[in-house]
Amino acid sequence: MRFAVIQFGGSNCDRDVQYVLSEVCGVDADLVWYKERLSRSYDAVVLPGGFSYGDYLRAGAIAARTPIMADVIRHAMNGKLVLGICNGAQILAESGLVPGVFTINAYPKFICKPVHLRVENAASPFTSAYRNGDVIRIPIAHAEGRYAAPAETLASLNASNRIAFRFCDEKGTVTVACNPNGAAENITGVLSEMGNVLAMMPHPERASENILGSVDGKPVFDSMIGFIERKG
Amino acid sequence: MKYDVTIKIALKEGMLDPEASAIQNAITNLGYTTESLRTARLFLIRLDAPDREAARAMAQKICERLLANPVIHRYEVEVAG
Repeated sequence: MRFAVIQFGGSNCDRDVQYVLSEVCGVDADLVWYKERLSRSYDAVVLPGGFSYGDYLRAGAIAARTPIMADVIRHAMNGKLVLGICNGAQILAESGLVPGVFTINAYPKFICKPVHLRVENAASPFTSAYRNGDVIRIPIAHAEGRYAAPAETLASLNASNRIAFRFCDEKGTVTVACNPNGAAENITGVLSEMGNVLAMMPHPERASENILGSVDGKPVFDSMIGFIERKG
Repeated sequence: MKYDVTIKIALKEGMLDPEASAIQNAITNLGYTTESLRTARLFLIRLDAPDREAARAMAQKICERLLANPVIHRYEVEVAG
């Protein structure tokens, strides 16, 4: 089993993700510089957090138009897994792999803090190690993370169970007060139509070891690994 | 032919514009009263095209494929000359 972690100029969580995959979860994970393209087949691709292209134009907009993203889209069309974290989530939305957009926070400043999330769909390849309704605590770190989408898109995401995570309080109640960035319906994790692509603003790799204060993010990687193993 | 194209990208009507609200607050702090404030971004592009209409079509494609995000933006294209 082999993961690819794509590095763009300005990515800065790439090594953290690779560390968690290889050292904490024990699977092979290559760092792939975007200019190298995807030269071999991978079981999963992770687009890590950071500030690709300095967030010029819109966060993720320029990275989404690089040639390696054509490879990532092909990989996704084959039903393989793609996880986008933070800037990676913005890139996935900009490239159309998930609907909607992650845009400037309602209160337009950078927020870096642990938040509570409710697991809305524990049947996806990224969340099967959780249970529906689990409340987890992992950090966010973004200025452009407010999920926005047309009303009909939100309705179809709800109807097809494609919302992976919502911001909530520590009891799991979804309220306006615990929505740090003004995201539509507190949404902060969105699945693609086939369910094999997840875009999430919070950082599971920053909550995968006890020494970091939380291991609530590690099941995202465990779920992916389990999914790939089950597929054989 | 060379054409100078001006592209204006703005948030769609009704979209939250946090930057505009912050700027409007700062203007209020300076002692001015403003009724509303919206932000937009201008791109000034010189491009090669066989004619005006082709230049406009190319600029529109550039908007749709990169400069604007159709989920939140509207755009206007002006071809000079």
